[in-house]
Amino acid sequence: MADTHLDRDVLSALQEVMEDEYPTLLDTFIADSEERLLVLRKAEDAAQLMNAAHSFKGSSSNMGAIRLAELCDELEQRARQESLAGIEKLVGEIDGEFAIVRPLYEAERQRSLAE
Amino acid sequence: MQSLFEPLTILIAEDSAADRMLLSSIVRRQGHQVLTAANGAEAVEAFRQQQPQLVLMDAMMPVMDGFEAARQIKALAGETLVPIIFLTSLTESEALARCLEAGGDDFLAKPYNQVILGAKIKAMDRLRRLQATVLEQRDQIARHHDYLLNEQRVAKAVFDKIAHSGCLNAPNIRYLQSPYALFNGDLLLAAFTPAGDMHVLLGDFTGHGLPAAVGAMPLAEVFYGMTAKGFGLPETLREMNAKLKRILPVDMFCCATLMCLSFQRRSVEVWNGGMPDGYLHSSASGERTALTARHLPLGVLSPQTFDDRTEVFPMAVGDRVFLLSDGVIDTCDANEQLFGIERLERVFAANRQPEVLFEEIEQALRDFRGEARDDVSMVEVSLLEAAQISPPALVYSDSGQSCPLDWSVSFEFRAATLKRFNPLPFLLQLLLEVHGLRAQSGALYSVLAELYSNALEHGVLGLDSSLKRDASGFARYYQERNARLDQLRDGYVRLHLVVTPEGEGGRLTIRVDDSGKGFDVAQVMDRPLDGVRLSGRGVSLVRQLSRKASWSDDGRSAHVEFYWEALA
Repeated sequence: MADTHLDRDVLSALQEVMEDEYPTLLDTFIADSEERLLVLRKAEDAAQLMNAAHSFKGSSSNMGAIRLAELCDELEQRARQESLAGIEKLVGEIDGEFAIVRPLYEAERQRSLAE
Repeated sequence: MQSLFEPLTILIAEDSAADRMLLSSIVRRQGHQVLTAANGAEAVEAFRQQQPQLVLMDAMMPVMDGFEAARQIKALAGETLVPIIFLTSLTESEALARCLEAGGDDFLAKPYNQVILGAKIKAMDRLRRLQATVLEQRDQIARHHDYLLNEQRVAKAVFDKIAHSGCLNAPNIRYLQSPYALFNGDLLLAAFTPAGDMHVLLGDFTGHGLPAAVGAMPLAEVFYGMTAKGFGLPETLREMNAKLKRILPVDMFCCATLMCLSFQRRSVEVWNGGMPDGYLHSSASGERTALTARHLPLGVLSPQTFDDRTEVFPMAVGDRVFLLSDGVIDTCDANEQLFGIERLERVFAANRQPEVLFEEIEQALRDFRGEARDDVSMVEVSLLEAAQISPPALVYSDSGQSCPLDWSVSFEFRAATLKRFNPLPFLLQLLLEVHGLRAQSGALYSVLAELYSNALEHGVLGLDSSLKRDASGFARYYQERNARLDQLRDGYVRLHLVVTPEGEGGRLTIRVDDSGKGFDVAQVMDRPLDGVRLSGRGVSLVRQLSRKASWSDDGRSAHVEFYWEALA
């Protein structure tokens, strides 16, 4: 059920905007996201967690990663309220969601290069 | 009215590489140049170096966040509007308010929407251009204003050169006038006549600015030129009126009060054309006499219809004349209420010490008005003892080599001439060619003027000087004088001047004959040489100022002499 993870309309709009640079954008997002996940895992306090989740939420939403953006939003809210109980589980869910969308983006990249 | 599309240089500050890339592509597709920065510090540096016209700024960034970067960029931009659009998925109103406080002009939410972003960039660009236009026009106005002020400075400097011969700094004059009153059309002039009388003019040209000021120069030249040559008010007024009528456009004229304060005769002669009432304030009784406008302003009537009739009022030492421009009465307070004549009258009425009246009026205006205006002109001239006033010595530029020393001349002035012509300035010019007489020009002029007016008024017109015993008789005397002069059909005044060298010096003999009935010489000569009575001042003045003074032919022939020693 790819559609609960990725918004295909957003992807086609991105391809139209980026034209030849579309594959590079997808690469950049994947690399960017790995960095963000690293920061999330290493975050030492609620503020760091909140900022990282906020940024990740923004770029995920731009890239059409609906579920990822939702999870980041939830993390951001909880970090803001400093209700950190079970927060590792949420970070783990984000990790898991990225593990799902990552191959989808890679497949999209291959598809666009083959066009 | 957006003209052709003009691409902007837009700075994108965003730490997420994917978002930065996406946004750059969107903005570039819309035809703009893109600069990028990955944090706030880079953004400030990029702005400093390349002055982009618009900034898209992420709020949360490492090193320096978007709020601080926005503050620094706004500070660097100064008056120029550099719109900053915050890129944010912030939803809390508190965070959005922080963006605005930091100088943000708008927001763009993630995920980005191309259409909205394009519309926002356009809207911000319109705002930016509007601000630039406002600044440009403001600077243009400021430049224009400076230019105008500079022109006024130059014009004022020229005018001050023309007006330098004035005596506004005399001890009996106090005045209030903005240094730039000239450009509101206000004009205040004062000068001594050769006889030591003082002429004062307060004028108010129609209009403002340079047009109001141009008429001031010719008016001042006529005023100073004719006053210095000994012309009286009527001749000076006629000349001023004719000149202004000739040079000014029809809708321009000059309201003016012109007065002659005579310290020796203790009187003031006034002509008011269109100015607010002036006031003659008696220090003894506290009584005020209004000096009301009886004429149209200068520059309105043709020379043929112009009325130069003046009024004469007696004054005592310490009495004051106040003249003011309509700016005094029209001074507004914060609620647009006028100061008005009643308030001015109340200040007069409340006054207990005449010497501080001027300050009291100034204070009342200050207390009343919401803001200062520079078309408020006011002058106070007080009558001092003649000895306390020292007219400046006249300056002559000729060498003295051609000074005439042995001559005589006779004139006969008949009715038609006596009506309209004042021969004294010409006679004085002639006599001052004799260098030895120049040191006594004041006394010489006073004596000549006195003998001439005695011959005319008491002799030819048959006026009784005892009429001038009190203030009301004084006014009646001058009304009668004008009426009889109008009706004059025959009669004459004869003047004989004889200049003879005597050793290294010389002697001037003046004889004045008239066609009148004469007077009882013995009785007049018996009176003490005082200076207090209003009537009969003439004869005692002549006796005080000249070496020999005698009357013959039953008072119809006056004879005086002036002597001078070798010139140094």
